Amino acid sequence: MMESGIINILVDISLMTLLGITAIGIVRSRNLFATAMLSGIYSLISAAVFVTLDAVDVAFTEAAVGAGISTVLMLGAMTLTRRSEKHAIKLHIGPLFVTIGIGAALIYGTVDMPPFGSTDAPGFQHIVPEYIAGSRDDIQVPNIVTSILASYRGFDTLGETAVIFAAGIGVLFLLGRRREDEEADESSNSGKGEDA
Amino acid sequence: MLELFLDKYNYWIVVVLMMIGLYIVIARGNLVKKIVGLNVFQTSVFMFYISLGKAEGGTAPILTGKPELFSNPLPHVLILTAIVVGIATTALGLALVVRIRESYDTIEEDELEGMDNAVVTTERARLGTGDAA
Repeated sequence: MMESGIINILVDISLMTLLGITAIGIVRSRNLFATAMLSGIYSLISAAVFVTLDAVDVAFTEAAVGAGISTVLMLGAMTLTRRSEKHAIKLHIGPLFVTIGIGAALIYGTVDMPPFGSTDAPGFQHIVPEYIAGSRDDIQVPNIVTSILASYRGFDTLGETAVIFAAGIGVLFLLGRRREDEEADESSNSGKGEDA
Repeated sequence: MLELFLDKYNYWIVVVLMMIGLYIVIARGNLVKKIVGLNVFQTSVFMFYISLGKAEGGTAPILTGKPELFSNPLPHVLILTAIVVGIATTALGLALVVRIRESYDTIEEDELEGMDNAVVTTERARLGTGDAA
């Protein structure tokens, strides 16, 4: 038991360190294509972290959505815009101070947090035991995450669908109208261009 | 000291990742890069939630009939929702970037600002001469 605990901790620490290295790579690369690929790698590593933290459903979704769809969207946007950043990467002092300040405050906040892996944390005491018992006795779905998602917190999922619908409508209005405009505005566009 | 490090390592790395994402959002002028930074920030928040739900020696929250210690399934549910909402907002942000590129022909923040300022000054000059005439 103790052996496997040490191995778990080592795997967790090395994956987390890899994530940090990938994030620094994202900051330092000027090529947007490389950035998109690195963010895909970042999502895949974080999916592996989720597996080690017992969140298999989350890992599944992160690998499919974060590493798959989001990379495809990023590449699609890049073909419509440009491939690399114009300005060289240099250190900006103001933002650096802001982030270091906020980071220090957050790390100060972690001192009072329950230790990693502790089951005495308030999050384990309040309603979760009821959910686990209810999933076994009332809903009878073996996967507790499924029964909470679809039953106990079904309205969350309803709200999520509403958000996705709104975002889809937004993308449609932003990009769909352009095609009609392009055909209609071919003639009137030249006049507008001079004003700007 | 080592115990403190092991207790808090996950949280500290999450804070570092969060700050890297925030730095990209504030400091980089390229709009696509900003959205990547936002994604990094977002994923680090996910990792924070999932870390909070981890139980030492626990397993994935799937009932097998045996009495077992499960990791907390509630953060998993919240983060499942958040991942899907996150991809929706990313898509909307990228669509905005594509639209901005069509109108301004650039996705660098400083150039966009310069163009807007130039429009304002020419407009002011035009109105000023119009009043004089």
